[in-house]
Parts: sequence; C-alpha cells; structure tokens
Amino acid sequence: MKVPVSWLRQYVDLPADLSTVDLAARLTAFDLKLEEIVSSGISGPLVVGRVLNLVKEEQKNGKTINWCRVDVGAHNDPSVPDAPGEDVPSRGIVCGAHNFVEGDLVVVSLPGTVLPALGFEISARKTYGHVSDGMICSSAELGLPGDASGIIVLEPGSAAPGDDAIALLGLGEEVLDLEVNPDRAYALSLRGVARDAAIAFGVPFHDPADVEAETVATAGPGAYPVQVQDPTACPVFAALTVTGVDPSAVTPPWLAQRIELAGMRSISLAVDVTNYVMLELGFPIHGYDRSLLKGPLVVRRASDGEKLTTLDGVTRTLTAEDAVVTDDRGPVGLGGVMGGEEVEMTSTTTDVVIEAAVWTAPMIARTARTQRLTSEAAKRNERGVDPTLPAHAARRVADLLVEHGGGTLEDGLTLIGEAPVPADIVLRADLSARVTGVDIDTIAAVEALEANGCAVEVDHDWLTVTPPPWRPDLTDPYDVVEDVLRVVGYDQVPSVIPVAPAGRGLSVAQKLRRRAGNILAGEGLVEVKTFPFAGPADWDRMGLPADDVRRRQVLLENPLSAEEPGLTTTLLSGLLRSLVLNIGRGHADVHITETGRVFLPQAVEAEAPIYGVDRRPTVEELDAFAAVLPHQPYHVGLVMSGERVRSGWAGAGRPVTWADAVAVVRHLATALHVDIEVEAADQAPWHPGRCAAIVLDGVTIGHAGELHPRVLKAYGLPPRVVAAEVDLDALIAASPAVGPRPDFSAYPVAKEDLALVVDVSAAAGPLATTLASSSPLIESARLFDVYTGEQVAEGKKSLAFALRLRAPDRTLTDEDIKGAREAAVSAAASQHGATLRT
Amino acid sequence: MSAPNSSYDPVEVTPLRSDEIDRMRDEALAAIAAAVTLDDLKQVRIDHVGDRSPIALANREIGALQPQARKEAGQRVGQARGAINQALAARTAELEEAEEQQALVTEAVDVTLPWDVQPIGARHPVTTLSEHIADIFVAMGWEIAEGPEVEAEWLNFDALNLGPDHPARTMQDTFWVTPERAAMVLRTHTSPVQARTMLTRTPPIYVACPGRVFRTDELDATHSPVFHQVEGLAIDEGLSMAHLKGTLDHFAQAIYGDGMTTRFRPSYFPFTEPSAEMDLLCYVCHNEPDAVAACRTCKGEGWVEWGGCGVVNPRVLIACGIDPERYSGFAFGIGIDRTITSRYDIADLRDLFDGDIRFTEPFGVEL
Repeated sequence: MKVPVSWLRQYVDLPADLSTVDLAARLTAFDLKLEEIVSSGISGPLVVGRVLNLVKEEQKNGKTINWCRVDVGAHNDPSVPDAPGEDVPSRGIVCGAHNFVEGDLVVVSLPGTVLPALGFEISARKTYGHVSDGMICSSAELGLPGDASGIIVLEPGSAAPGDDAIALLGLGEEVLDLEVNPDRAYALSLRGVARDAAIAFGVPFHDPADVEAETVATAGPGAYPVQVQDPTACPVFAALTVTGVDPSAVTPPWLAQRIELAGMRSISLAVDVTNYVMLELGFPIHGYDRSLLKGPLVVRRASDGEKLTTLDGVTRTLTAEDAVVTDDRGPVGLGGVMGGEEVEMTSTTTDVVIEAAVWTAPMIARTARTQRLTSEAAKRNERGVDPTLPAHAARRVADLLVEHGGGTLEDGLTLIGEAPVPADIVLRADLSARVTGVDIDTIAAVEALEANGCAVEVDHDWLTVTPPPWRPDLTDPYDVVEDVLRVVGYDQVPSVIPVAPAGRGLSVAQKLRRRAGNILAGEGLVEVKTFPFAGPADWDRMGLPADDVRRRQVLLENPLSAEEPGLTTTLLSGLLRSLVLNIGRGHADVHITETGRVFLPQAVEAEAPIYGVDRRPTVEELDAFAAVLPHQPYHVGLVMSGERVRSGWAGAGRPVTWADAVAVVRHLATALHVDIEVEAADQAPWHPGRCAAIVLDGVTIGHAGELHPRVLKAYGLPPRVVAAEVDLDALIAASPAVGPRPDFSAYPVAKEDLALVVDVSAAAGPLATTLASSSPLIESARLFDVYTGEQVAEGKKSLAFALRLRAPDRTLTDEDIKGAREAAVSAAASQHGATLRT
Repeated sequence: MSAPNSSYDPVEVTPLRSDEIDRMRDEALAAIAAAVTLDDLKQVRIDHVGDRSPIALANREIGALQPQARKEAGQRVGQARGAINQALAARTAELEEAEEQQALVTEAVDVTLPWDVQPIGARHPVTTLSEHIADIFVAMGWEIAEGPEVEAEWLNFDALNLGPDHPARTMQDTFWVTPERAAMVLRTHTSPVQARTMLTRTPPIYVACPGRVFRTDELDATHSPVFHQVEGLAIDEGLSMAHLKGTLDHFAQAIYGDGMTTRFRPSYFPFTEPSAEMDLLCYVCHNEPDAVAACRTCKGEGWVEWGGCGVVNPRVLIACGIDPERYSGFAFGIGIDRTITSRYDIADLRDLFDGDIRFTEPFGVEL
C-alpha cells in the first residue's frame, strides 16, 4: 500500500515535526512494515515558466533547437536579454523539444536544481552559441510517468510563472510503501493507516467515512432498481445515481496526483473518483454508465459456463461459485472483482450508477484465484472490507462527482441488506499475559483493545470483546492478543529459555546419514546440491530404455522449465549436469557426490485426502497420506572423472576406474556395518560390461561402475567417467544397532598361495567367498593376481589367491594346512569348475 | 710359520721383542686412524688383528719361549692387542656415526613438495550448517524431525490454518503435482513436518525440522525455486512468546557468539498468532554506534532480517489434535541458504546450487 504522507496527515493529527522515517518506524512496529520511503529527491528552484518567445535555429549537426525567452516570474533575470524578444525580464533557455509554442506554460529547472533522474545539478551553461540559463523539463527528467518524447506543457491557467513546480507536481511528496499483511485488510486504505497512526502516536483521528450518507432518502425516485438474489454472496448492496456529469470535466490535479502517488493511473474524473474513494476508505466502488444499463441490476451466482468480458478485455468463462451483477442482457460485472466491458464508464458518460457492495470474502478469493485475476477491488474484497461503509462510500463518490463534474445527485439511495454484526470474542483476562509472557494486566489489555477500536466488557476474569466493523480478521482470542501486544510493544517480550525434557538426540538414521556424509568426504568426494527436477531429455541422454521404471516420474502442474517437467528418479540427472558444468569450467579431476531424495510414484495414481480442520484426523486417515504420496528415499549418488590418483612430481597418477566407484560404495557399506554383495549387471546409464549391481539380502539397492560411452558422448563428457547410485535408506535400514565384535586368534598364521584356472568370464568375487568359507581354518582369501596369456589355455584365466590360515586354539600342523588347502581347491572345483594351475 | 727354533734362546725370538710388538701395535693404530670408511676398517682388522696378522703370528711364538719368559711376552702381546681392539671399536663407532650422518644428509628431501594426489573431499555448507543447527537444538533436549518433500496439500496448507481460500495461500507460489486433484504439492515450507509431529506425538514436543523446500521462483542471484529452512516447534504447558524469544536468543548466540540477541516486529503467518518477524542483531557491527553507519551487512540498520515466528495458532493445535486449553507453543523458521550467503558474503545464491566444486571445497568436512 502506497501512502502519500500529506494525504495521511489529513486524517490524523501527527506532530508537525515528526519525520517520515520516524513515522514509518512506528508504523512498522504496528504491523505496517515499511518497504521503502518513495520521494522524487528533487530539490532547488523548479518553477513554472511561460514561453514568451521562441526562435528556431538550425545547427550544423542537422538538429534544430529553440532559443527561448521564458518568463519565470520572480526568478527572472533583471538584466536586458541579449536576443530575441521583448525587453521584459525573463531568462534565455535553449530547448531541443518541439511540442510547445509561444505562450505555453512549462516547467523550468533553474540553475541549482537537483534532478536525480539526470544525476547532476543544473547550472547555466553555454550551448549552441547561447548561455542556457536553466532547462525546460520533460516528465522523464522529473522522474514522472507520462510522455517522454517532449517537454511538459501545463494546462493553460493552471499555474502562474514563477510558481513552485515541486509542490504543483507533487514532487515534494514522500510516499510510504507499506507491506500489508493479509490479516490487516483495513490498512489497504488511508483511513486504516491513519487510524493505526493515531493509535500509535496517541493523537486524534478524523474518519473520512464520516459523511452524511443517510441524508439521501432510501426510497427516492432516483434510486436505481437492484435485486440481490444471493445475499450470502453479497450481504450489502448500496447504489446512488449521479446524473449530468460533464464528460469534459477533468480530474482536479490534487486528486489525480494523490491516486498516482498511491500507485494508480489517473484515467477520467469518474474512474479517478471511484479509485480515490477506494484508496481513502478501503472500500472498492464500481461505476456503471447508466445509459448503457438495461433494466434492474441483479446480483446472483453465475451459471456454469456463463461468459463475461471484463473491462480488461478478457472474456471469462464463469462457474457457479462466482457472483455476477447482471442486467436484462446478462452479466455486466464479476461481483467484487471487476466490472464488465459493455457498461464501462467512458469519456462520454454523463449518468453514473455508483455501486458499493459487500461481497463474501472467501468467494472473492476463489474467483480471483480461478480467474487468475488480481484487481485492486479483489485484493480488498478477498481480505474483507468494513461492511458498514457502502452507503458512506457511495455518497463520498457522489459528492466528489457533483463537486468536480457538475453532476446532480439523484434522490434515492438503494440499500439492500445489513452489515453483518461481528461476533463477540470471549477470552480470559490474563490471556494476553499468558501468551506473550509480558506482564499485561486487565486494565492494560482493555486499554489496548479500546485503542484498536474494540468494545470490551470485563466480567471478573473474562473479557468480552466486540471487534470494530473494519476488523473482520479479529475472530479468535489469540487475534485479540496480537492487537494488545502491538500496543504494549513487541519489544517488551522478555527472553526465557524453556526447559525441554531429556531428549533422545539424533535418530539412528540421522546419525548414519552424517556418518555416510563424512565417509564420502573422506573418500575425496565433494558434496553438491542440485535441483531435483528432470525429464525425458535427461532419460534420453542417460540412455534409459523406453520401459525403464525410472522414466515414470512425479510430474508437476507448473514446472519452471518444459525440459524438466517433474521430479527426478535418480540423483545422476543432477550430478551429470554438475559434472558437465565443472568440466566446462576447466576442472578435470571432478569427484562429486550428492545425498538427497528421489521421487518414485506409487504404482497406482491416487489423490491425497483433504480433511476438515476441526479435529485430528484418525490414524487410518493419516495412513492414507503415506499410501498416496510418492516413495521418497534418500539416495547417495556420485560421479568421478579424470584421475583418482593425480599425476605429479612423484610420478604418473591413475585414472578413475569402474572399481573406484564400487570401492566407495563398499566403504560406505562397511562404515555402516552392512554386508553387501557385488554382482555383474547391465543397467543404463552404465557400461554393460563394467556395471556392478549392489545387492543387499538378495535385493538390488544400487549400481556402480563406468558409464556407457554413448551416455558420455550425449553429455559431451570425456571418456571413462564412473558413477554410482545406491539407496541410502536401504543401507541404513540394514545397519545393525551394534557392529560386529572383534574375533581373532593369537596363534601363528600360515600362508598359502593358490592359483586357480577358471573361464575368462567367471566372477572372482564369489570364488573368493567360496575359498574363504571352505574350511574353518581359512581366515581370509585375498585375490592378488589375475592372469591371462600363454601360460593358461585359451578362454581361461588364472586367479591367484593368498590364503591366510589360522586356528583359534592351536598352532596349525602341516596336516591341518594341507587339509585346508585341499578343501579350498575342492570347493573351488566343485562350485566354480576351477582347476589348480600347474 | 716362523723359522725353526734352532737355538733355544728367547731373546732370539724376534717377533716377541718388545720393540717389535710396539711397532706392530703402532702400525695397527696408525692404520686404524687412517681408515676413513667402515670397509677400510674391516681390512685393517684383518691385516692387524686377523689370524694371519703379525701380532697373531707373534702370539703363536709365545709357546717357544722359556716358561718364565712366556708371561711377560703374553702380557706384552695382550696389551698390544687390547689397545688395537679398543682403537678399532672406537674408530668403528666413529665411522658408523659419520656414515649414518652422511646417509641422513643424502636422504634429505624437500618436504615442501605438495602431496595432492588424493585430496580430501568436502561437504556442502547447507548440510553442515543444518547439522550444526541440529546439534544446537539437540543440546537443548530437542529432537530433529523430518518429513517428505512431496507433501499432501492438507498437511502443507489446511492443517496450518491455510484454507483453500486463504489469501496467504496464493502468496506462497506453489509447485503442484499433476494432476492438481491429486492434492499434493512440493512442500512450500518445512511446517508440514511440524503438523506431522503434532499429529503423531503427544506433548511435550520440542522439535527442529531442517529441510529442503520449494517455491516457483525463477532462479536468480537472490531467489531460488529450491531452498532450505530450519523450523522449530515447541508445544508444552505454559509456553509463551517469552520462551520463543529465549530460544531464539540462545540459538543466535550458539551460531554467532556471545552477546547476540533478536528482536521482534509484528507480522502475519496463518499458523501463528501473534506472529512476528525476527531480526538478528547485526553480527558484523553489533549495532555499535561507531560501526553501524558504515556496516555493509546490515546497511546501517544494526539488525538483519532472520526469519518469522510466533505463538502456534490454536486452530493448528485443534487440527492436529492437541488441546489448546492445556497446551500452547511457539514456532519459528529461518532460511539456511540466506544464513550462508550473508555470513560468507556470497553475492549470488546460484553458487550454492550449480555444483561447482570450488564452492563446496573451502567449507571442508565440518563448518
């Protein structure tokens, strides 16, 4: 809400020496938060001038300039002009604009004027062969809206040469731009802000709504016929008619200036007056051109599919939830939101029907939302207006039209319905003190509420509060507390630390996620945060098959980008984008990771329930949410490019390999005490021969390995990028409360090496597991060499394992060792077809 | 072998002459002193005290002497050998010491060479600040609550006194899940976690909820469609705004240090009443009279905006099944991303989310 300070001061007796900054600070403490103080910043001698003489002079550069003598009244140069024109005191000014003639009234900035739009102080300077003793100003130079192609030409007779143009154009005005919260609808008006200022400063308030509305007889012959068929949509409807308005009458400059300072455009007298009263009282008014109306006005709900072209030129399809004002032809206005185009007031309107109606606020909010139409009227009506104002507001408009448009107020006020009476609020007298922690006694609470316009009855420990009609937001005891507190002062709230009961600390999952994060950082991975938006373009780049489950995503109604229409099902979409960015910025060895949720839709699409808010939903009702919301597990993703061990002075480094991706996942699982299996897999976007499935209790919970060369090409990435993604929630769920206990023997170790020949395609991992479990004496079996070549047969490879053997209770004998070795060889042979290499 | 002992006269056994033994000893000592390496010394040992050394040979001749002469000769030889061996040991130690010194000098390296072949990683400040904040509240006995990011409309709005026609609902630019009738949104705040907590637990409740939230703002230097909040909720008997202020003051001190405080300005949130905006004492100038005017962080205000808070609206308690006659509570929320951008003077919010490793790296593993 933009509040011109001089307008505000008309309704509240603020101290004359109160600075705008101090005023704003106090209003901010009263819940009217200052966004900014707007002012022109113009200072110095900006005056009205009359062009006495104008000589066009063509210049070498092809331009034509005007060499003018300008009468600026008391600011004229007493010396004799050098040329041209009469010997009257004046000033010589060069001007390049051509939209004015001799005799016009213009705005002149004399030397010493500061115009922020230009960024310098005006001075007399030599230009085009003359000394230009000032500047004739355009709107843009003064920071005003309007035509910037020429200079400002004032209406003849609207001012005299030498008059102060700063006051005339309202350039000395300061405007408070206040942020008005949804509960303070009344503050979308000068009346409301002035009332709060009066409370805040404890000074008298002059209500602009104090007009003699009832002096117009209700049933006079000039009352326009109105029927309200749906009083729940429109509880109060008032109308007055003014006839014979002079269509050529212009808006008085002071009024035009006020509404422009308040952020609205001046359009015509009739429209300006309705806007002026809306700003003044916070009550939206609509004016109809009576000559265009056909028959009585009727207020009803629209029928589904009914059409109306509103005065913004948009043809709207209405629903039964919207209220309309109709005449004989059908809808002529969208009730409380915007008028219809057909009956709009125009430059030829002489007879005006003024509508001032109260509309039910939630209905307006719904209409504004479904029609995507935010008007100044809707903004006020959806928050709630003072329902006692319709007759006053209509009368204010009528009086201004009569005064400035020469119209006649017809005898007869249409007034249908009565202002709803606000419900009393009953609360404990000490509620304010209990809720705020401030020592507020009953007397202080009552005084604060009465200052806010409430009527208060005290009955022992209880208060009965009747809110004033302009406060439809005051419905609950706690609403009342807020208004008490803003008078007492938010700065009075003391600081007391509450004592919570002994807590259980972080949850297991929270602790393990932290552990995972630290492990990943220890692995040299840098955590990034990407946006979880993705779409088919990502799936295509990643080479996901058409039937891949990851293509099934949670879609959004209003995504920011059509490329990313929904939420991602894999962290790799964001990580690969980040990798591209990093490599594009010149980093080669990029090892990044992200921990975050992915979004997996339910198998069957369903709707989330909407419950009432008057009670807690039942357990079953709450469970219904979980059944329809997408599954949103935390995943860990990582991608690595370049070198894992970097080259340097110590020698050549080592590029990342598929095994590094698997190793990080293994370390993660180990740190969480979870046993995972690694199996060969073929899963996009990985290389089909270099992809490991991460398996937990027979269920695949992730993949790791090198990315498919085609995927890397699609992203424009260098070769041999590796990646992993694993379901962190699954790892955490499998993590035991207590880790494994240490279990080792102090007896000496025996070491045996075993080279086994298997098919080239055989997996080493399961073979190692077989060896390790083939005898209780085998402590571990570690693969230390993989060989293919001349010394083994075609299609075979040799896997060399180092066995460590140990008994828990004795030193091993040669027989023990021989037996264990034979057991290992035999298990390898029977389970993997392995033969001992000879 | 020496020459045959033809005439039985000890004086005739030349090698055992005292001057001869002294000469052998002196030669040996001179050779020891002349040895400059352990290898030299090894040779000296062989030449002068070895089995074939003159002194060893002389020793063998002792048996040829008359018995009364043997003792004296034996002593003479023994003393000479003792002196030689002592000198050998001393010289060995000396040379060993010198060679070790030499080796250490030779093996010296340039320890300033970088070892950057496998740098440590780093964690994102949004993560580590969230954890830091969680720790502050856990230390007060609070717990950390979580909830889904795709949330039911009812939990994100209705349960929080943001009914379908509430004007404030349109102020939160919401991502809606397709189809709109699915009544699901990307949560616009972490407040549905508070609702979930109240719906599933009984007071006293003291929880903080850090998390990722979404609004349909286009990404620019100061706005992001994805951002992070932490909210706090306390429900207990007898809680008031004073407890809210106490909690926030403590929180401010835990993050920004002693002497920090907060102030309230009236505001509006549907889920709290009374509601307040909270300002944090400027952590750079501390509103000190001589520093505040020039302070860039607070732009001369002495305070910086920190978040929103208030007393939980009884309507929210009712929707969540908590008796407002018995219990009251407070809630607050701050932006994690903004805390980072302002604290570390980061001009462009986009730096947090585009994934450039140079953004995360300086933050290390913990804040």
